[in-house]
Amino acid sequence: MKNLEELKKIRDRVRKDLELRTGKHRIKIVVCLGTCGIAAGARETMNTLIDLIAKKDTPDTIVTTAGCAGFCQQEPMIQLYIEDKEPVVYGKVDQKAAEEIFEKHILKGEIVEKYLFSKGK
Amino acid sequence: MSKRSIAQVLVGIDGNTVLFGARKIKTKLITEMHKHGLSEQVQVIETGSIGPANQGVIIGVYPAGEMYGNITEEEVVEFVQERFVKGRPYKKLLLSEKLPAGIDLTAYDSRKTQYLGRIVLDNCGKINPEDIEEYIGMRGYEALGIILKEKTSEEVIKIVRDSGLKGRGGAGFPTGLKWSFTAKVKDTPKYVICNADEGEPGTFKDRLIMEGDPHKVLEGMAICGYAIGANTGYIYIRGEYQLSIQRLEKAIKDAEKLGLLGENIFGTDFDFQVKIKIGAGSYVCGEETALLTSMEGFRGEPRFKPPFPAESGFLAKPTNINNVETFANIAPIILNGAEWFKKLGTESSSGTKVYTVLGHIKRSGLIEVPMGVTLREIIYDYAGGMSSGNFKMTQIGGTAGNLLSSEFLDVPLDFQSLKEVGYSLGSGAVLIMNETVSVVDFIKCCMKFFVHESCGKCTPCREGTRYAYEILDKISLGKGKADDIESLKLLGESMKDSSFCPFGQSAPNSLLNSLSLFPEEYNNLLIK
Repeated sequence: MKNLEELKKIRDRVRKDLELRTGKHRIKIVVCLGTCGIAAGARETMNTLIDLIAKKDTPDTIVTTAGCAGFCQQEPMIQLYIEDKEPVVYGKVDQKAAEEIFEKHILKGEIVEKYLFSKGK
Repeated sequence: MSKRSIAQVLVGIDGNTVLFGARKIKTKLITEMHKHGLSEQVQVIETGSIGPANQGVIIGVYPAGEMYGNITEEEVVEFVQERFVKGRPYKKLLLSEKLPAGIDLTAYDSRKTQYLGRIVLDNCGKINPEDIEEYIGMRGYEALGIILKEKTSEEVIKIVRDSGLKGRGGAGFPTGLKWSFTAKVKDTPKYVICNADEGEPGTFKDRLIMEGDPHKVLEGMAICGYAIGANTGYIYIRGEYQLSIQRLEKAIKDAEKLGLLGENIFGTDFDFQVKIKIGAGSYVCGEETALLTSMEGFRGEPRFKPPFPAESGFLAKPTNINNVETFANIAPIILNGAEWFKKLGTESSSGTKVYTVLGHIKRSGLIEVPMGVTLREIIYDYAGGMSSGNFKMTQIGGTAGNLLSSEFLDVPLDFQSLKEVGYSLGSGAVLIMNETVSVVDFIKCCMKFFVHESCGKCTPCREGTRYAYEILDKISLGKGKADDIESLKLLGESMKDSSFCPFGQSAPNSLLNSLSLFPEEYNNLLIK
């Protein structure tokens, strides 16, 4: 270690890894990962979302999983919780849809009507 | 971390949980994740103590922030299935939906102290203590880098002094002032010693700090070294603290590899190396002069002050000795400034205090709270209330500390407030007892400890502890007479006045407190 800048480089690299434990999470995406969801491709949807978070550098967004929500024909389903906003549920979210929702809703805050399943609690 | 990871499971591995099989559970978690194809998505990470001490192996799940306890190897299978495959909280073992890192101080929003987060335990139970990069990710070693580049040693001492930090080992001496004494002395070489000989029964905060965040202690020592002009630091640590020793050794090695300890730190001409000295388990060696004697290779007996260690300490050279918790406060103070630190706590005692809470309460373990929090708040807000019975008394600061009855429940716990009622804060142990505990038996137990640990150098302590124990034993067996109470008082007062070191001076503390707070407990046992 020759100077402070070198230390800061390590810090910034590692900080991203620690984000899950330390960061403030403004947006939570819940992917329904029940048997029905997995069969419909929810895992691929989830991986797409995780890749997007890393790519677009939005560390305030986290992805978690849940079980079957009871609407198996709508799978893969995702629930979107944004701070101070009503939760939104999207249905039939394949990889392409996930990209669209991420681009429009998560980054810009616009609801994507095409995949909207329900709104509110 | 691979970018695919969506959750992190932290297994709290400290001296306690290791005994409950924490390492096996970590391995089992990894195998189970692998079995379900979750290895990429869920990371299993080792960390220090998460907090609770009576709940078996503790694991934390991020980002949800859930805390689980009492988990066994068999249970891991179902836990992974429920929590990660099905994706719902595993209610059976859920201790809290919020990890202690998130709840401890937020409860005090409305107080004059606003929420500032934990200071000493900020990283404990959150980062992997064996991974130096995770510490750096939490702004580790930044304080050291900043002072080496921008600050003179006088400026560093001024910051520490302005912060109002007082020694966390028990005596509460202002840290900045202590540093300035050693800094002033011309003689070289100088030494920095970290007192990690935590022998006070019921106290284990230093162990959990070292196990959970060893680098923070090392960084604090290095900053101290720069401030006072020392190039060598020693950690005098209890031999029983195996895991702390291992983690500190690894931390020193890792820091040296990155050039954060050793020669020419951060490319400057400042050298600082840290060595570990393992103690042999004598209680009196926690007293600083006895510690020095022991480090020099002699029998651990206290020596006369003055000269104080600042002038003539280790090998008769200028030496600065601080407690583990004190050193752990240094880097955050440098990073955030003295004013920031002063905001937390009370007028006379700034900052936070780490306590180990145990006894008849629902949640025992490690907590960090602002200075000035009352005993009532500790018991009912942090420790979840009494586990059984009603509150009778509490002993703060370990066996050498003070005994408090219910009338002291609302005294703010800080150096000044306790001094005003004639008590001292001590090491941070808070032992809470209900009405089933006999005062006489309890005090007898404490005295037995002192009989065993007295080094024997001075008569008041060597003989006093033994006679006090014998009288207490007699009373507890129902053979005591009225004048025995007088003898106990006289003995206690004499020990306080005439013992050579703080050991003998504080040994009768709880005894004398109990005589004035619970005289009827003694009287009831006397021959009528």
